[in-house]
Amino acid sequence: MSLNNEIVQEKLIEKFGDQVSQFATSYGMLSFESPKEMNLKVLQFLYDEPSLAFTFLTDICAVNYPDQKGAELVVVYHLHNLKENIRLRFSVSTSLENTDVYTATKLFESANWMERETYDFFGINFVGHPNLKRILNVDEMDYFPLRKEFPLEDQTRIDKDDEMFGRG
Amino acid sequence: MRPVRFNIHPKEAAIADAIGMGKAPDGVPGEGFFATQLSSVVGLARKNSLWPLPFATSCCGIEFMATMASHYDLSRFGSERVGFSPRQCDLLMVMGTIAKKMAPVLRQVYIQMAEPRWVIAVGACASSGGIFDTYSVLQGIDQVIPVDVYVPGCPPRPEAIIDGFMKIQDLVGQESIRRRNSEQYKALLNSYGIQ
Repeated sequence: MSLNNEIVQEKLIEKFGDQVSQFATSYGMLSFESPKEMNLKVLQFLYDEPSLAFTFLTDICAVNYPDQKGAELVVVYHLHNLKENIRLRFSVSTSLENTDVYTATKLFESANWMERETYDFFGINFVGHPNLKRILNVDEMDYFPLRKEFPLEDQTRIDKDDEMFGRG
Repeated sequence: MRPVRFNIHPKEAAIADAIGMGKAPDGVPGEGFFATQLSSVVGLARKNSLWPLPFATSCCGIEFMATMASHYDLSRFGSERVGFSPRQCDLLMVMGTIAKKMAPVLRQVYIQMAEPRWVIAVGACASSGGIFDTYSVLQGIDQVIPVDVYVPGCPPRPEAIIDGFMKIQDLVGQESIRRRNSEQYKALLNSYGIQ
């Protein structure tokens, strides 16, 4: 029997009821959300359920939506069923005040560096991560550069005179 | 007609005419001696035997490869020997974007070089951060090490790199042998927190 997005959605709703929501399909890829406390339960279910078997974690990343009050940061998991070649996108959202999200490193070893990167750029605090420190940026950096609250230009620069670049 | 047509032209008779010699410094010539300043002689020797240390991180490094190769031939300027150990080299050539995470590495390489040492920043990124006006890129290597010559361009052509190299040669040739012991030089290094 071949797996498809509808079956995945049915099984998730059957297991978690209204804890999973916002089902959508874009470009043939299923995406859905859950409360952030549920992220490990959902990932574990997708991993363990023999008919689903989403055993490969393609990517973890985050998105910053500054206008969604209380859910400014969204952590996105990309999962892949290697046998059926079906992918899905699962996201949990969190507020800027409390960025705690449970770590997926116990389930996927590959989540280790991905979560470090997500922490590095968005400041998601992955609770239980074995080594949550910056991975790409310098250790001295005291902000999370991909959050929208930080402008793109380095604000510490003193050598760029706007007038010399035609934007004065 | 010969199937292979190179080497059919006779070689130039007087190849010595095509060889450029370093100009002798001002001095007093005489029978079997030549009196001049020590710093001129040292400068002449140093400027025509600079050992470059390429620190190439991106596209400017590719231009440097062209500069080193036979067409542009950096070895015409006495830089036949490109070294890859900072301890042996005189001229640090920084070519390419230096990320902030790379800055301590670059600084360490500079510190490992023995005096006298010179630095040339090749290209917009090494000189000023270039287009990478962003959180992760060092906005010019002169924030971490002193720079003698900046070569503009994105990337600069090999001619520009050679021009910068010849500017370095001018600096090296004219440098007083006491400069590295001077208060100004120590103050310069101190301003970068070196020594």
